[in-house]
Amino acid sequence: MRSRFFTIPLTLTVALVLQIVPLPAQIDLYRPDWVLIVLSYWSMALPNRVNIGTAFLTGLCLDILLGTPLGVHSLVLSISVFVLVANYQRLRNYSVWQQSIVIGLVCSFYHLLQFWVLHLLNDIYFRYEFLLPTLSSMILWPWAFWLLRKIRRQFKVQ
Amino acid sequence: MDTIFTRGPSIAVRLMIAVIMSCVLIFVDHKLDGFQSPRLYFNSLLSPLQYIANLPSLLLDVSAERLTSREDLIDENQTLKDQLLIASEKLQRFDSLEKENSELRALLEAPTSPQYRKIVTELMSVDRNPFAQQIMINKGALNGVFRSQALIDENGIIGQVMEVGTTNSRVLLITDVTHSIPVRSQRNNIQFIASGSGGFNELYLEHVTHSAEVEAGDVLVSSGLGGVFPAGYPVAVVSKVNRDERQVFAQVLATPTAALDRIRYVLLLEPETQAESLNGDTP
Repeated sequence: MRSRFFTIPLTLTVALVLQIVPLPAQIDLYRPDWVLIVLSYWSMALPNRVNIGTAFLTGLCLDILLGTPLGVHSLVLSISVFVLVANYQRLRNYSVWQQSIVIGLVCSFYHLLQFWVLHLLNDIYFRYEFLLPTLSSMILWPWAFWLLRKIRRQFKVQ
Repeated sequence: MDTIFTRGPSIAVRLMIAVIMSCVLIFVDHKLDGFQSPRLYFNSLLSPLQYIANLPSLLLDVSAERLTSREDLIDENQTLKDQLLIASEKLQRFDSLEKENSELRALLEAPTSPQYRKIVTELMSVDRNPFAQQIMINKGALNGVFRSQALIDENGIIGQVMEVGTTNSRVLLITDVTHSIPVRSQRNNIQFIASGSGGFNELYLEHVTHSAEVEAGDVLVSSGLGGVFPAGYPVAVVSKVNRDERQVFAQVLATPTAALDRIRYVLLLEPETQAESLNGDTP
């Protein structure tokens, strides 16, 4: 009963930690968007429990952990999750590979939006390296999907 | 099954609320700088996550220390002794020079430069995302760290404290796009402003006229203007000067002297006057 309630916050916490683990600079460019992947899975599987509110709060935590102006990640994550939640019934019927293409699109949308907000605030310039995490997230999606589905069934989260 | 449409506001309304709240937060935090003290609490609240994220590298470090062989330790000890000898020899000369300098300054009735107290801190984690060049250090408000305190390593200036937590703080590196530091050329005392480029190991000098006498290889030291960084610490070495007459200003690039990609231990500088006033309260 208890594990049912705590599974989702726990997976999100693990994703937050993975997002900030220090990595060598060369690998860091390819760091997948763990938080976005975990949020996407839950918002597609259980949109009644995980939707825009959860994305907003997780984004705030990410803002504090990464030191960006408060609200940047919460804005970007809320909009990305909205896209998934609005189409969850269609996305569920896709195969894992098709889903991974959709995740790639959402991921690049997430990074472009993030770049755009930060460009308005800080005058940063676009580099194609900003989109490298899209690739690694697409590759990671099938494995994350499989693992999270196993967790959901194991603990009967609903 | 229980859909999201059966209770609460619809997702479009939720999105509107989230977007409006985010925009308000961004405005208040970025434009009005209104979240200084709440951020301290949030940082402290989430610092366990930082410590957990730092565990793998900590474990690697500890096991690497445990597994070093005796020969390696002896070698390391020898090199450290050599370095210490060379450094103390330099320090002997420096002491007499400093004394001479302060005497000369006293003759000129110029103020002597203040002494700085140093705190050794250790790097916790690095955020080298393309948008921001920041690091976390393991000292916070409890250790007397304050906002915009200067940090150096053994080769030069690294950056300044940006946010203070209870037990850890966030540091803005000099290569961050939002960071600028006043410098002067050691060769001819021309003043510049060195801004971060957001790139790996690169600063650029702003508003340098084509006639300014600056060449590749010039050492730039902090000028002490602005009051954040103490004067005289090395900041960068000019790496490239591009005098393209079609541009308004000359393009000057510089490489930081501090090894920003290999930070391990850093020194926090604390002006002695502030330390005294802090200690003055307690008998």
